[in-house]
Amino acid sequence: MATFGSLALLIALALAAWNLLAGALALRLIATGQQASISPERLADTARRAGIAGFAAVTAAAFALVWSVFSNDFSIAYILEHSNRALPAAYKFSALWSGQEGSLLLWAWLLGAYGFVLRLTHKRDVKLYSYAGAILAGIQVFFLAILNFPASPFALLPGYQPGGPLPADGNGLNPLLQYPEMVIHPPMLYLGYVGFSVPFAFALGALMMRYPGEKWIKITRVWTLWTWLFLTLGIFLGMHWAYAVLGWGGYWSWDPVENASFMPWLTGTAFLHSVMMQEKKGMMKGWNVWLIFSTFLLTLLGTLLTRAGLVSSVHAFAQSSIGTWFLIFMGIVLAVCIFTYILHRDHLKSEHHLESLVSRESSFLFNNLVLLAACFLILWGTLFPILSEYVVGNKVTVGAPWYNREAIPIGLFLLFLTGVGPLLPWRSTSLRAIRRNFVVPIAVLWVTVAVCLGVGVRPWKDGAVDSGNLYALVAFALSAAVLAAIGSEFLRGAQVIAKQSGRGLIWGKIQLIRRNTRRYGGYIVHIGVVIVIVGLAGAAFDRNAESELSLNDKLAVAPYSLLQVGASQDSNANYNSEFALLDVYRGGKRLLQMSPEKRVFLASEQPETRVAIHSVPGWDLYVVYEGTNPATGQPIIKAFIKPLVSWIWAGVALMCLGTLVALVPSVKPAAAKGGRS
Amino acid sequence: MSASNPLISWFRVFQAGALAVAVCFSLGATDAGSRFNDLGHRLMCTCGCAQMLGECNHVGCQESGRERDELKAAIDKGSSDKEILASFAAKYGATVLAAPTTQGFDLVAWIAPFAVFAAALLGTVLLVRRWSVGRTLAEAPLADPATQSLREQIRRETGSGEDGGF
Repeated sequence: MATFGSLALLIALALAAWNLLAGALALRLIATGQQASISPERLADTARRAGIAGFAAVTAAAFALVWSVFSNDFSIAYILEHSNRALPAAYKFSALWSGQEGSLLLWAWLLGAYGFVLRLTHKRDVKLYSYAGAILAGIQVFFLAILNFPASPFALLPGYQPGGPLPADGNGLNPLLQYPEMVIHPPMLYLGYVGFSVPFAFALGALMMRYPGEKWIKITRVWTLWTWLFLTLGIFLGMHWAYAVLGWGGYWSWDPVENASFMPWLTGTAFLHSVMMQEKKGMMKGWNVWLIFSTFLLTLLGTLLTRAGLVSSVHAFAQSSIGTWFLIFMGIVLAVCIFTYILHRDHLKSEHHLESLVSRESSFLFNNLVLLAACFLILWGTLFPILSEYVVGNKVTVGAPWYNREAIPIGLFLLFLTGVGPLLPWRSTSLRAIRRNFVVPIAVLWVTVAVCLGVGVRPWKDGAVDSGNLYALVAFALSAAVLAAIGSEFLRGAQVIAKQSGRGLIWGKIQLIRRNTRRYGGYIVHIGVVIVIVGLAGAAFDRNAESELSLNDKLAVAPYSLLQVGASQDSNANYNSEFALLDVYRGGKRLLQMSPEKRVFLASEQPETRVAIHSVPGWDLYVVYEGTNPATGQPIIKAFIKPLVSWIWAGVALMCLGTLVALVPSVKPAAAKGGRS
Repeated sequence: MSASNPLISWFRVFQAGALAVAVCFSLGATDAGSRFNDLGHRLMCTCGCAQMLGECNHVGCQESGRERDELKAAIDKGSSDKEILASFAAKYGATVLAAPTTQGFDLVAWIAPFAVFAAALLGTVLLVRRWSVGRTLAEAPLADPATQSLREQIRRETGSGEDGGF
């Protein structure tokens, strides 16, 4: 199977190279009108077919690797390192992306899949799709070159001869990855990462061919929204995995790998906003092109940072030689982008300029500015240890305290713009209109401040400023104001429709969304973001307690009391586990039993935490089995009260729902009426 | 003299207020438990787990246990936060601090993001103001009328016609 997989990768590389060269030549012939022995249209079609066949070849390679995992083929070094015989089937499948070589193969396969869909739908605009297809083929050549040379997933064990002795079992999958979400999280993240290649290819292709109008944006909008949705899901699934498995009580630690996924999300979000300006007003064309170029480059930079060993990360893929390959490829991509931009920048001239500082257009501009500032901040924090070592020879840690202090003010400013933007009309506005639109949100803001102060959310503690509470107070107040602003937008439109149709307000709201799914889908996403921020702000009120618990000992973490009623051990072919049985009481009444667990995996001899979580809308009771005290043999239990964490996951669900709504085509008012009858 | 009396009174009120605020702020860091928690989140565990000392949850982690004991001892001894952080940095290296210091080149880490953001914000405001002023002076379109008309036609024919949104 190793030979079959290697051969499939080699064929895929040859097909991608043909796709790139034949596609580029055909487009060149079409652009210059030169005569050739083969018609450029036919050449372009062979390139397209090579792209489709290439996808089949990469699929065969991916299949070969999965087959090798399931058949325990330990002659392949990758399988030996990332699997073992007792590994459950679902995790055997996820071994495909648990190591560097496999995850690069997944990347190439997803890129092939995106390209396959793109090439099948080429009739929408043959020339533009040919450009985009050739650019995607260029990216694919890079990944397949890596997979064929420095990072082959089918490399055999050093010194292994066919028919020779093999290790009896593999080293097993990293225990941290043996969790159900890990079967979904990496593919989602990669779907997001790789997906940004498509809008990048369209943007670069449209610029190269000086594509008239903004149709390319309409085409790429759907791709970008899906990609953004996958990346959002991937990031939040990763957060939830960290929360449920790592056992330190948090969900985001500003690790370089987390940062690497967040940076393209920020620039992608900026692109989704500013592209509306180009669609509606023909503005920010150059800006949009560079936003999508940057997003794609950031996906490569994130991969470079974490796979080349440049920065240390708990998600380490270890140091490897592929960093140089990524650096060279990024240099080539950047050079192509700059060259194409300089050559065709006159094509990107804005048709209008902003007319007022206080307008919807300027709010988009400031929103972009804040998103890019956040991206720069994270990039700066990620790279500063390298910079410091280079400049003063002193490596430093840039951890959560730095990010929290620097990023929270910028995040709050973004939250403020989320509320302000939709209330401003296009072009310019009057003071009277501002007063009319803002009176309700501002009133809600101050009422929320008063209520928060009343219930004890005070920005001071023991006479000193409590920055956590201060930020939480500002976040709650702004969130309430933004929700009021969006709610009033919904209400205004729904009231008009309800009045016209004589139906109820809820029907009016549904019709409102159906008539402009993009706008109101976007608002639902904003509501989701606000709810996520409220959930994040809850971290300011975290509490915890830790104790060694013998039988019938109690641990109090208000409003609960945990009673140890047993501690036991278990084992199976994959791992041994220790766990405690804890009865949870509230107000003297037994609510439930929780059993936090610690597993030690046999193949890798590595431990893994299984946190027990009891979630209610106001907070999570989060209980960690930290192990046993070697001196007494008794379990050590740490319990946290984590306020509002479930709001984060609920907010993400709303963000996804809003994105799906925005993807559904709007219904014209007449059709909506027809649908009703 | 009579005119200056209210001024002096207001100055004294301000002085008293400032003193009260200063006292309140200095009171904030006296509790040993909260100092341990605060400092535990400004230091890293040195075992390689990439977690902050206050959050390292490895039972049997030799490094975090020893660091925690050292931190407790330093707080009990009455050392200031600055002295404690400096002693940890001297013993374990600068990477034991969870964030860069505010001295020397480290200061750049703190200033650069806000400086860049402020510069970009200022630049954008000035640019938009220039555009809006320029527009009132000369209402000339940016492209010639024929191109402008063609572009509007393309936008009408290819656009969704919806009012904004993702």
